[in-house]
Amino acid sequence: MTGMQTAPIGPSDAVPRRDILTLVALTGAAIGVAGYAWPLIDFMNPSKDVLALASVEVPLEAISPGMGITVVWRGKPIFVRHRTDAEIQQARNTPLDQLSDPQDDRARVQPGHEQWIVVVGICTHLGCIPLGNKPSEMRGNLGGWFCPCHGSQFDTSGRIRVPPAPSNLPIPPYTFESDTKIRIG
Amino acid sequence: MNRFVVIAALAGLAFGATARAQEADTLTPPSQSWRFAGPLGTVDQAAAQRGFQVYADACSNCHGLKYLHYRDLSGIGFTAAQIKEIAARFMVPAGFDNQGNVVTRPATAASPFRPPFPNDEAARAMLNGALPPDLSLIVSSFPNGPNYIYALLTGYQDPPADVKLADGMNYNPYFPGHQIAMPPPLNEGDITYTDGTASTVAQNAHDVVTFLAWAAHPDMVQRKRIGFGVVLYFLGMAGVTFALKRRIWHGVH
Amino acid sequence: MTSGLAGWVDTRLPIVTLMRKEFGTFPVPKNFNYFWNFGAISMLLMVVMISTGVVLAMDYMPNAAEAFGSVQHIMRDVNYGWLVRYLHQNGASMFFIATYIHTFRGIYYGSYKSPRELLWILGVVTLLIMMSTAFMGYVLPWGQMSYWGATVITNMFAAIPFVGDAVVTWLWGGFGVDSPTLSRFYSLHYLLPFVLVAVVLLHITAIHKVGSNNPLGIDVRSPQDTLPFHPYYTIKDCFGLCVYLALFAVLVFFAPDLFGDPTNFIPANPLQTPADIQPEWYFLPFYAILRAVPNKLGGVALMFGAMAILLALPWLDTSPVRSARFRPIYRPLFFVWLASIVLLGAVGAHKPEGIWVILGRIGTIYYFGHLLVVMPILGRFERPLPLPDSISRPVITRNALPRGASVAEIRP
Repeated sequence: MTGMQTAPIGPSDAVPRRDILTLVALTGAAIGVAGYAWPLIDFMNPSKDVLALASVEVPLEAISPGMGITVVWRGKPIFVRHRTDAEIQQARNTPLDQLSDPQDDRARVQPGHEQWIVVVGICTHLGCIPLGNKPSEMRGNLGGWFCPCHGSQFDTSGRIRVPPAPSNLPIPPYTFESDTKIRIG
Repeated sequence: MNRFVVIAALAGLAFGATARAQEADTLTPPSQSWRFAGPLGTVDQAAAQRGFQVYADACSNCHGLKYLHYRDLSGIGFTAAQIKEIAARFMVPAGFDNQGNVVTRPATAASPFRPPFPNDEAARAMLNGALPPDLSLIVSSFPNGPNYIYALLTGYQDPPADVKLADGMNYNPYFPGHQIAMPPPLNEGDITYTDGTASTVAQNAHDVVTFLAWAAHPDMVQRKRIGFGVVLYFLGMAGVTFALKRRIWHGVH
Repeated sequence: MTSGLAGWVDTRLPIVTLMRKEFGTFPVPKNFNYFWNFGAISMLLMVVMISTGVVLAMDYMPNAAEAFGSVQHIMRDVNYGWLVRYLHQNGASMFFIATYIHTFRGIYYGSYKSPRELLWILGVVTLLIMMSTAFMGYVLPWGQMSYWGATVITNMFAAIPFVGDAVVTWLWGGFGVDSPTLSRFYSLHYLLPFVLVAVVLLHITAIHKVGSNNPLGIDVRSPQDTLPFHPYYTIKDCFGLCVYLALFAVLVFFAPDLFGDPTNFIPANPLQTPADIQPEWYFLPFYAILRAVPNKLGGVALMFGAMAILLALPWLDTSPVRSARFRPIYRPLFFVWLASIVLLGAVGAHKPEGIWVILGRIGTIYYFGHLLVVMPILGRFERPLPLPDSISRPVITRNALPRGASVAEIRP
C-alpha cells in the first residue's frame, strides 16, 4: 500500500467524461425526478369523489311545457327547459343573419327531443345567472332568458340576441338515457 | 463492522421478539392462507364479491362501511351496471323538500355506503348498549387483523361450565375477556351464494375477511404493482451509480 | 468561467460561484466511509417530507370532526393520495433512521470536538426540531394513538412546578386535547419544517467553515488529503441514496404499516384509552427513560435531559483524540452505550412490568453514566493508539512509529 497517489487530483481530470454511463445516470435521474413529481402534481387533479359527481341524471317527467328547472352540474347551474311548440317555431324561424353568434336551433338541441333545451345558465358577459328559467321571472323580449346584471337577452334557444353578452349560452354535454331522463356530463 | 452486526441483531431481538403482550388467556388466532398476503398478493375478486354478499346479508344491519362508496366496488370487479343496481337498493337522504323535510332517493354509485344507524346513540339504543364498530378499517385495526377477524367469526363456543356470561353476551375465546356482545353473525346455511359456491361458516368468514381486507386498503394491488417498478428502478440506478463511482474513484487510494 | 444567462446572473448575484465553491470544488477528506452518506440522505428525506407534506395539507382537514375522515379521503379518493401519504408517513421513519445514523456516526468519530462544537449543536437543534415536528405530525391523523399520544405528552408539562396545569391548559387551548389542540399542532407542524431548513442551512454553513471530520479524526494537512466534493462525493452520495431509497420503496410499497400502530386505524375516542399505548419507534428510548423514574417531574426532566445533555457533548468529552478508532477503552464502551439505547428502545415497547422496569433503569443509568461520568474521566487517563501522520499516509505511520509517538504531538 505504499504506491500512493502523490499528485493532487485536479478538477479537470476528475470531471467525468460524457459517455454512455454518465448519460444513463443523468437520464435515470431525470426519470426519477419526473416520476416523483407526477404523483404530487396529479394529487391536485379532481379526486374520485369529485369525478363521481361529474355527471348528473335529470328526470324530465315533472317539467311541463313552458317550464324549466335548474340543476347543479359541476358547481354550475344548468337550465333544462321544456319548450312549447310556439317557442320551438320562434327559435327555428329566426334568420341566422339576425344573430351576432349565428347558430341554427337544430344544432343546439338533440334530434327527436327538440322540445328540450339544455344550457349552462351563466351569462357569457360577466358570469351572472340570467333570469327566466321560471315562468314567473323576467324572460326579456325574446321569451328566453334575461340577465339582470347588464341587460343581455337570450332567445328560446339560448342564443344571444341583445348585447352586451358576446356569445350564446353554452350547451353542456348530455345524452338522453330515455325519453324522460337526461344525463349531463 | 461486526459490532454493528451485533447491535443490529440485538435490536432485531429486542423489537422483533416483542409480540405485544396479549391478555394471558386470549387464544392466538391461527394463521389462514390469504390471497392478498405477501408482496405478490392480490385481491381474489370472486371471494371479495362473495364477501360483499356476506357483508350485505350478515353484517350490514349493524356495521357500517362509512369510508366506502358504492363506486369503490369496481375495485373488486363489479361492473358499472351491477354497482348501480346494488346502490339503488338503498334509500339515502337527498336534501330537503319545500316543507323542510328530508327527501330520500335511491343511492347512486357516488353515494357513500348507507350507515346502518343514523347515529351512535341510536345504535346503542337498539343494541343493548353496544356500539358495533365501523368495518372500513377493521382488518387494519388489530395486530394480525385478517386472522383475528377470521378466528373471531368462526370461534364462537358454548361457555365453559365455570364462566357465567353477562346478560346478552356471547362466549368467544378469541375476544379479549371472552365475552362479546355480538351474537354469532355467521350461521350454517344463512347465505346462498349467487355464484354457487358451497356456503359454510368457514367459507363465509374467509370471503368476508377477503372483502374487508380489500375495503381497508383498496390501494393494495396498484401499490404493489407500482412498487416492483420503483424498487427495480432504484436497484438499477444503484448499479449505474456504483459503476460510475468506481470509475470516478479509480486511482484514488 | 460562466457564460450566458448563468454568467449574467452570477455577476450580479454570485449563486453559481457559491454553489461551485461549496458543492463543486469544496475540498473534502478523501477517506470517508459510507457512514458519511447519511448527511446527504437526511437532506433528501427532508425534501421528500416537505414536498409530500405541502401537498397533503391541501386535502387534510385540521379539526377533530373531519381529520380522520380527511385522511381516509386522501388514501382512497385523491389521485395517488395513498402514495403521497405513505411516503410522508414512512418518510418520517426513514428520516429518523438516517439522522440517527448520522448522529451516532458523529459521536463515534468525535465530529463534535473542536472546532466543530457549533456544528454539532446545530445538529442537535435540528434533531430537536425534527422530534417536535414528528410528534405533532403524528397527532394529525387523529386516530386513537394520535389522540392518546398527544394527551400523554402534553400532560408531561403538568410536572412543571406551580404553573404546570396552566401551561397544559394553554397548550391544549381547552380542558383536554381537542380541535383547538389539533389545529395548533397542524399550524406548527407546517411551520417547524421551514425552521428546520434554516437550521440545516446553518449546519451546512458551519461545515463549510470548519471542514468535515473523517474516520481517522485527524486534521487535513495537505491538498493530498482531500478530494473535490464534485464529482467524488456527489457520485458516492448518489449511490448511497439509491440504495437507501430502494429500502424506502420496499417499505412504502410492500410494508407501509410496518412502523405504524394498528390502534391508529381506530378514530380518536376521548372516553377510551387503548390497552397499550406507546409512541412511534423513534421516541421509544426516551419513553423508557421517562418511565424509568418513579416520579413525574423527575421522569420528565430526565427525558428532556437525555436530549439536552447532547448539547454539552463537546465539553463532556475530554479526550484529545477524535475518532473512537484510536481509543481502545472508549471504543467498546461506545458500543455498550449504543446497546443501552437499543435496550431502552425495547423497554419502551413493553409494559413497565417485571424485568422491563429493571432493564429500563439499567439502560437509563448507563445512558447518562456514559455521558456524564465515563466520557469526562476516561478522556483524561485513556492512552490512545498511535495516530497516523496524515490522511493520505495512514498505514505507514501505524506500522512504523512506536506506540504513542504521534499522540504526543497533538497533546497540548
